[in-house]
Amino acid sequence: MSDAAAQKQKRPALGQFGTVLWDVASRPSGAIGLALVLGHIILALISPWLVSYDFRSMDSSLILEGPSAEHWLGSDHLGRDILSRVLQGGRVALLVTGIATPIALLWGGVTGVLLGLIGGRADEVAMRIVDAFLSIPGVLPLLVLVTIFGTGNEVMIPTLAFFYGIPVIRVIRAATHDVVARDFVLAARARGHSRLSIVWRELLPNVRDAMMVEGAMRWSWMLLAFSSLSFLGFGVSPPTPDWGLMISDARAYMPLAPWGVLAPVIALSSLIIGINLTADALAKAMGIDRARKAVV
Amino acid sequence: MLRMLLRRLLLGVVTVWIVSVIIFAGVEALPGDACTAFLERDAKGKLLENCRHDLGLDKPAVTRYLDWAAGAVRGDFGISADGQQSIASMVGDRVKNSFLLAAGALAVGVPLAILLGVITGLWRDRWIDILFSTGAIFAMTIPEFVSATVLILIFAIWLGWVPAIVLTPADAPALDFFPEFILASVVLTMVMIAHIMRMVRSSVIEAMASDYVQMAMLKGVPYWRIVFRHALPNALLPAINVVALTVAWLLGGVVVVEVVFNYPGLGRTMIDAISDRDLPVVQALAMIVAATYVGVNLIADMLTILLNPRLRTQRMRRK
Amino acid sequence: MARPIIDIRNLSVGFTGRAGRTLPVLRNVDLRVCRGESIGIVGESGSGKSTLALASMGFLKQGLRVIEGSVCFNGEDMFARKLNQLEAIRGGQLGLIPQNSGQSLTPTMRIGAQMAEALELHCTLEKDAYRDRTIKLLSQVRLPDPEAIITRFPHELSGGQQQRVAIAMALAGEPDALLLDEPTTGLDVTTQAHILELLQDLARDRNMAMIYVSHDLGVIARACERVMVMYAGEAVLQGPTAEVLKDPAHPYARALLASIPRLCDPHLPVALDGRPPPPGGSGPGCAFAPRCALADDQCRAARPELLDAGGGSQARCLRHAQSHELTAGGAGSDPLHHRPDGAPALVLDDLSISYAAPGLLDRLFGGGGMGVPTVDDITITIASGETLGLVGESGSGKSTILKAVAGLLPPSGGTIGVGDGNALPEMVEQRRPQQLRRIQMIFQNPDDSLNPRHTVAEILAQPLRLYDGLSGKALTDRSVEILETVRLGAHYMDRLPGQLSGGEKQRVAIARAFAAEPEIVLCDEITSALDVSVQAAMLELLNEFKKMKDTTYVFVSHDLAVVRALSDRVAVLYQGRLCEIGPTEKVYGQQSHPYTSVLLNAVLEPDPDAAPNLMAEDVVELSPPARGCPFQRRCTRKQGSICENETPPWRETGGGHAIRCHIPLEEL
Repeated sequence: MSDAAAQKQKRPALGQFGTVLWDVASRPSGAIGLALVLGHIILALISPWLVSYDFRSMDSSLILEGPSAEHWLGSDHLGRDILSRVLQGGRVALLVTGIATPIALLWGGVTGVLLGLIGGRADEVAMRIVDAFLSIPGVLPLLVLVTIFGTGNEVMIPTLAFFYGIPVIRVIRAATHDVVARDFVLAARARGHSRLSIVWRELLPNVRDAMMVEGAMRWSWMLLAFSSLSFLGFGVSPPTPDWGLMISDARAYMPLAPWGVLAPVIALSSLIIGINLTADALAKAMGIDRARKAVV
Repeated sequence: MLRMLLRRLLLGVVTVWIVSVIIFAGVEALPGDACTAFLERDAKGKLLENCRHDLGLDKPAVTRYLDWAAGAVRGDFGISADGQQSIASMVGDRVKNSFLLAAGALAVGVPLAILLGVITGLWRDRWIDILFSTGAIFAMTIPEFVSATVLILIFAIWLGWVPAIVLTPADAPALDFFPEFILASVVLTMVMIAHIMRMVRSSVIEAMASDYVQMAMLKGVPYWRIVFRHALPNALLPAINVVALTVAWLLGGVVVVEVVFNYPGLGRTMIDAISDRDLPVVQALAMIVAATYVGVNLIADMLTILLNPRLRTQRMRRK
Repeated sequence: MARPIIDIRNLSVGFTGRAGRTLPVLRNVDLRVCRGESIGIVGESGSGKSTLALASMGFLKQGLRVIEGSVCFNGEDMFARKLNQLEAIRGGQLGLIPQNSGQSLTPTMRIGAQMAEALELHCTLEKDAYRDRTIKLLSQVRLPDPEAIITRFPHELSGGQQQRVAIAMALAGEPDALLLDEPTTGLDVTTQAHILELLQDLARDRNMAMIYVSHDLGVIARACERVMVMYAGEAVLQGPTAEVLKDPAHPYARALLASIPRLCDPHLPVALDGRPPPPGGSGPGCAFAPRCALADDQCRAARPELLDAGGGSQARCLRHAQSHELTAGGAGSDPLHHRPDGAPALVLDDLSISYAAPGLLDRLFGGGGMGVPTVDDITITIASGETLGLVGESGSGKSTILKAVAGLLPPSGGTIGVGDGNALPEMVEQRRPQQLRRIQMIFQNPDDSLNPRHTVAEILAQPLRLYDGLSGKALTDRSVEILETVRLGAHYMDRLPGQLSGGEKQRVAIARAFAAEPEIVLCDEITSALDVSVQAAMLELLNEFKKMKDTTYVFVSHDLAVVRALSDRVAVLYQGRLCEIGPTEKVYGQQSHPYTSVLLNAVLEPDPDAAPNLMAEDVVELSPPARGCPFQRRCTRKQGSICENETPPWRETGGGHAIRCHIPLEEL
């Protein structure tokens, strides 16, 4: 124990957040996960300067060509460069989920904390409503809204944020309950701190861990939903590349040109696996058992 | 204990009721109704009015909700938007097919998942644990349409062992599906196994580190007897709820897999209905899936109450 | 001397630390126990005593390994045996009674099934004889109604009953030796006394060897012939119990004894400064040298061997001869006492508290109705500067009263007033800042009462910002100043609670309470999660604050000796009702309420000559009776129906001492 304490003191002063990040990065799974996620984010940011071909330009001489020196990952059924499309494909997904995830966390987290604090009847009623929402299959409301209102970011972001915030309520409410039962909250109440100050100083720092892990999970599930939508043909409209859409398109030509499927499959899987490895390492670093959270 | 069961049952009923309100209100809030969908978007005037009158859409929303809910309780979800078919008869076979797929995945998946969970938990941090735990992360996180696509590529296209997609009609006898749904079941089973296995693993680890297992060791109980009589009964109790969540997910959330394999189940029907903007069918499907979800979870909670001596014999504690 | 049944020679056990070094948890321990002998292993947390006990069963916790030495049972090395041989011995010839029976019994197995398993593994009985045998064993451990017990699950039994089941299970294998790992920790005093008496009777009847592991010298004094004192993984002193407890030949043992508060001693116990070294952290010399008043260069140069210290004892100390001059109890400083007739600081008037009303669904399904109030009819006036001790067993409502005073629980009746004569608003949210600052509370477990995400600086800043509006340098300066009053340096400011020891955490919690400059401090079992030597330091600290600031304390504890050390007046609670209240010497004196007598008599003192006197059964009552005297069901001096029907009157003995009982004063 004191050995660990000594170890802790040897580390540079990183602050609490830095310590957690350090812990994540020092686990093999965390290091791989972080590298994958950061790699994807960086590629998405710089891809406009990387791609040498317009992802829209078709070339009938290149239909379903295999990888070559000019087109590293080959080309698809319309003769478009797959590498350019794969690099471009991540941008929309990352943008939409990157905005929707914090919103989902924020509204789910705030509601969860409030319900956990209020308790009593209001909490019971609200939890029944949350249960009801959770029992409706996740993609259904997404599909309906997207069909009716279209697939623009102004539809996708609020819809994803709303529906993916609901499970967050549940998790954060439970975490709040655990913290509220502890004596340090009682001690703060006994000193007469305002409710707001108790929430801000005592509660949030302790719910934050659950929130970070939850955020990583929601992010990966949102990405999954986003690409599933385009895979099913309900997502981004065709000229824009998206991994789900690319997989769906290339499936028909799979026997002839498997590379068309493999490239987006690898891109999508590596990002989602990266996020999950990071979330796992994060949960371990913070002592939360993520496996227990199951499928909710 | 009876009070706890009753309480749980009541909560389930309340949840289903709230779901029905959400679904009904949600569809109400959308622009357009069955008639505008049926009669082209910009239908106006007399035709629209007649249609609305025929379908009872001119009645107040509350009345229509009550009619709809009363029908739904009896298993009658009205007729589809094109006015041709009774939803119940249209959906019936699809429900059966989805249950078939789920049953297949469950029959193989649950025992296997528990077995793997116990093995990885007991041999924690050994190679077998690292192998399966890493595998589980992959199985859990790779999107189903990705794994389905890869499996089709390997087993149907390169190896040619199984047909790639289901071509049998929805009302065909169950056995006809068999060769065709193998791949679909495999995809579903993989994801399911991963979730259940991870949960069982962590709960086995917790049980094996508990005071009562240490005590059993120091009482001279042989290892395997400790595992089976002391650790597992405690470790597997929480698994019931995870299995339930997975079952519910299998029934409702497998849209993508059914589409990939062209499997005529609930998920496919849902996609078709949404594409056709057939909102009554969507409503009915959502209701069926939600009620199943609540029902399965209810059963799991009740089983937990019955099997866990702490809950069974204690007066209900306030949470 | 007969052949020892357990023979531990030169045993060292350790684990591999982060840097790859081997860090020892036990160092060169020798222990021999023969049949019919009982030996006690005493030490504070981290001393290695539990590791030693488990090692004698051939069991080490995960990560630990034997570095050198051997553990022999009946002449054969336990660590050299095959697993199936070990399984035959464990629970058979060698039984274990675990520390926490509540968690050591498998929750999903009925008591009968767990007992039958022990019998099946270690007895040659026929299967159909198990039930009779189980019932016989359960009645041997004096469990009432054994037929009913075997159909129960562990959680349906009380702590005392679970402990008895664990004993019965250990006896099932007809053991030659019993290991007891803190067998009574966490039990109420009356239950503890009963369990120990039972164990002694069993040992006598069966001629077993017994090893008691405990942090509690009182338990050891009561149960053992020989004692071994452990410190930092070493046996520092061993010898006959009387010798070790009366005049120990080791400075650590003397300091440990001096830190234990006694019922008959009005002084404060003497604190032991510093903290024990972490595993592998002691230097080349004696592990205790850094904290020892006698240590010199020779002590710090090399580790001393166990030396003969006379009177049958061996001490691992070069200065054992001089150590007899050190204090060993009774020489602590005098606590500051106050007149109970000063201006009132806190007035509880007819206070009663009931737990929350049932929820909607409970009402729907019936049941859960309002029962008898948890706490009822509490009227106490506490004078300014006075210390009131509140004692009672678990469930007596003592913490509930504190929470109501702090405004965390709404009373269902009565009022709480402060010095100025005005009643306080019930809930903390309605109280004004000036009222809030006057009353501060310190909680039982600092692990739970300090926010794990806050540094010490942030923890101390909370009250300073709230009540004094301090910020910036003034805030830091004041925080450091307060930290120094609890004898922690400024370098603690940046630490998180997880980086502090239990005692340091509680000091921070105390500092936080006093940062508000309160008039009244509510102490809720503040020492029960701490080691005795640390406990003594906390008591000293509270006494110093009292000297400096004239603070009024309400001190809640289940430990009568701790209450005695600090309190001016003591109130005894049973089932949320007052039984007796008065000046400390009077309450602890001859004339007292039957319940107080039961409690006092059950206390185990670290004195081999004192024997507890058991007067009442250790029954756990879940709710107080609706009428009459709260103690009627357990009282050995019950007068008849009057006790069942009429609330007993307060009988004054003079000097502010009052007893609530139907029995006339002369007979009490």
